[in-house]
Amino acid sequence: MSDVAIAAKGRSLWIDAWMRLKANKAAVVSAIYLVLMTFACIIGPNLTGHQFTTIYADYVRTRPSLSAYPKEDMVQKAIDEVAKRARMNLEGWKLDGDRAVMTFASARPIDERNIRYIDRSDTFEDARVDEKSPDGLKMVFSARVQQLHFYFGTDNVGRDLLTRTLMAGRVSLAIGLLAGLVAVVIGVIYGSASGFMGGKTDEVMMRIVDILYALPFTFFVIMLVVFFGRNFILMFLAVGAVLWLDMARIVRGQALSIKRQEYVQAAEALGVGTTGILFRHVIPNLLGPVVIYMTLLVPQVIILESFLSFLGLGVQEPMASWGVLISAGAKNIDTATWLLIYPSIFLISTLFALNFIGDGLRDALDPKDR
Amino acid sequence: MAGAVLSLKDVRVTFSTLDGEVEAVKGVDLSVDRGETLAIVGESGSGKSQMMMAVMGLLARNGRASGEAIYAGRNLIGMDKKTLNKVRGRKLTMIFQEPMTSLDPLYTVGSQIMEPLMQHRGLSKSEARARAVEMLELVKVPDARRRMDSYPHELSGGQRQRVMIAMALANDPDVLIADEPTTALDVTIQAEILDLMAELQKRVGLAIVFITHDLNIVRRIADRVVVMRKGEVVEQGKTAMIFKKPKHPYTKALIDAEPSGRKEPPPKSAPLLLSAKDMRVTFRLGGGWFGESLLEIKAVDRVSVSLCQGQTIGIVGESGSGKSTLARAILRLMPSEGAVIFDGRSIANLDSRAMQPLRRQMQIVLQDPFGSLSPRLTAGQIISEGLLVHEPSITSAERDRRAAQAMVEVGLDPATRSRYPHEFSGGQRQRIAIARAIILKPKLVVLDEPTSALDRQVQKQIVELLRNLQSVHNLSYLFISHDLAVVRAMSDHIMVMKNGKLVEQGSPDEVIDNPADPYTKRLMAAAFGAHAHH
Repeated sequence: MSDVAIAAKGRSLWIDAWMRLKANKAAVVSAIYLVLMTFACIIGPNLTGHQFTTIYADYVRTRPSLSAYPKEDMVQKAIDEVAKRARMNLEGWKLDGDRAVMTFASARPIDERNIRYIDRSDTFEDARVDEKSPDGLKMVFSARVQQLHFYFGTDNVGRDLLTRTLMAGRVSLAIGLLAGLVAVVIGVIYGSASGFMGGKTDEVMMRIVDILYALPFTFFVIMLVVFFGRNFILMFLAVGAVLWLDMARIVRGQALSIKRQEYVQAAEALGVGTTGILFRHVIPNLLGPVVIYMTLLVPQVIILESFLSFLGLGVQEPMASWGVLISAGAKNIDTATWLLIYPSIFLISTLFALNFIGDGLRDALDPKDR
Repeated sequence: MAGAVLSLKDVRVTFSTLDGEVEAVKGVDLSVDRGETLAIVGESGSGKSQMMMAVMGLLARNGRASGEAIYAGRNLIGMDKKTLNKVRGRKLTMIFQEPMTSLDPLYTVGSQIMEPLMQHRGLSKSEARARAVEMLELVKVPDARRRMDSYPHELSGGQRQRVMIAMALANDPDVLIADEPTTALDVTIQAEILDLMAELQKRVGLAIVFITHDLNIVRRIADRVVVMRKGEVVEQGKTAMIFKKPKHPYTKALIDAEPSGRKEPPPKSAPLLLSAKDMRVTFRLGGGWFGESLLEIKAVDRVSVSLCQGQTIGIVGESGSGKSTLARAILRLMPSEGAVIFDGRSIANLDSRAMQPLRRQMQIVLQDPFGSLSPRLTAGQIISEGLLVHEPSITSAERDRRAAQAMVEVGLDPATRSRYPHEFSGGQRQRIAIARAIILKPKLVVLDEPTSALDRQVQKQIVELLRNLQSVHNLSYLFISHDLAVVRAMSDHIMVMKNGKLVEQGSPDEVIDNPADPYTKRLMAAAFGAHAHH
């Protein structure tokens, strides 16, 4: 044969699994949800109009609301405050568009510099003197009311919860994904090597895993923090270093059964070396369970991170993760329920979505169901 | 049909898959009379199993059945599960192909027989136990009372299949559906199971529906035959009539599918390619890191083989006889003792690195066409994998070209080389495995039961392909099989093994037609006795 016929495209097991996954509604919806969540966490904090570190002293523990703050009674309060500080009497005020027009009177002539009292308030900006009575006893100020939206309310020190939740999502998702990936990569290589080589090598490698299992996790993390200081990267290492153990065991079991498959024997008979067999035959064939396990691992990592943060060993203020926010919310459950509710919804829905995807993948990749 | 105990009318089975609806059974009418054995014959994929699964309500989740399956005046298809459970497992029972997996490994054999008895008949535990022992004795499991407390893994394949039959018969069923019950068993055991079933039928008077692809079995036990192809019945009638005067061309092809012809012997001057002397393989079980091993099993015990260029040696024996182990030991795929001289060079003491360049001279084709191809690689990648090792310098385009060439040689369309193994049929997969072996232009190919998992018709084609390749490339084969018809069509010389020892060897005519050893005699009787039966 001189030239090669054009090869018809085959449908690999991966494409097959992909098609089955697409037929699974829960998994598809979850996948879309996760993508949206990821984008929201990446872009969102820049769109909310707040920095996640900005503290609004006037808005401590503000209820979540769709309409803008300040509300009328809050403006009233702020004006009263201004009047008190400037020792003026409030004669009346009204809202003119986004500007509040207030009329003050006093027994003595009013100093125009009293305007600084208005500017000092978080509620107002761009204060101006509009009118002045000839005797100076009455003066009309106007100032723009700062329109602030707190869709999720604010926290104990007056930071916007929406922005903080999205920022926390960045951290949680990043840790979940990266630590999950670290665990998978180490676990797959270690486990498959151990299972495939077998014999004494396997024994030694698995005993090392057992020893690492025996290390108390919290203790291990505290040791890391002691030696290397508090560090974002350290979190990945700590969580990844613990979770790869499970992965290695699962993969080892898979590798043991794949090793006995005839196609591995056939490859041995062809003279393919250990590395070739490992990377060409063993690992591709155990990726199915690995992918499934990974989707279940990510939520586990997110929860572990939350736990560490809860103990104060993880992410530190002003940075936040969902775990940090939830633990703060739990402390304020009697006064400010929204502090608990919103981050929890984000965390739980993400975990749900991941689990649905994991379930869908398991069904899609299960060869018995074919 | 007055005596019909089960009759099927216009039974259809449809599976909804990703590629749309697939109709596996397309309107089948048939009936089984009381006390009759009906064989349903057809190649794999003909829908014969799915049809009976539909009757039993055991279809996979994506399968739907329609039509009528009348038993005792009631239609079983579409019956709700509760009512169906009163019938199936009690009046209609089923035994499956794989005795290794159809018993639950967690429970004793006894409790598995007792369970349906207590479930369906409401027997007490002691009554059920007594009945179970009786059943085990009926199916001739030796030492039945003690076997009750054995777990499935403690029994041999044949004994497990007996237990399955005992389970199926425990409730005095009217119909026994046997789905290839002997395919996974050795010929001698297969013969015993078939005899047992025939005997039980006479004693109990039940109707048997026997699903198989093996016409030898049909000829041996069936009263009537239904031939199925692509979900339709192409022919049915009395067994003798079908064999004598098949009407449909497909039935003719099935009957003709027995591997035929003989291999041309190699010229007398053919040089010696391989000689293995006193091969021994010992498995040591038990013992820990430092401990002595507790148990030694001599899997191969002092067997010698000498193979000339262009010659085929057939190695015959039942499972566990050490025939595959011997071949693997010769290829140095497992540790062994004994001298192996390949192509004038002693290879017995070479380590795996030193063996590697020799690997391209000696190839192996394995039994299971489903398990021997990695499911994640394309056919082309699988075939050309050996080139990656032995000719690492050639480009991927050249590898691709060579793969395509090898596919043409084994009779596959090279345009299918980017397909994945699961997209090929069993016979095509075995061709891929053969292409993988010959692409390296080896001198020796070990064929480890290459045809056992295939339908008769496909077997015949593969046998012809192997013979052609042999004469074109002057290959030497070590052909391992338990199927004597295939061995006869392939070999110049036959070795019979039992329990790791060589029992008898000689030319096919000597060994098959005039066996000297009692074991060989029994083997031949089991394999070819069938022809004399009817």
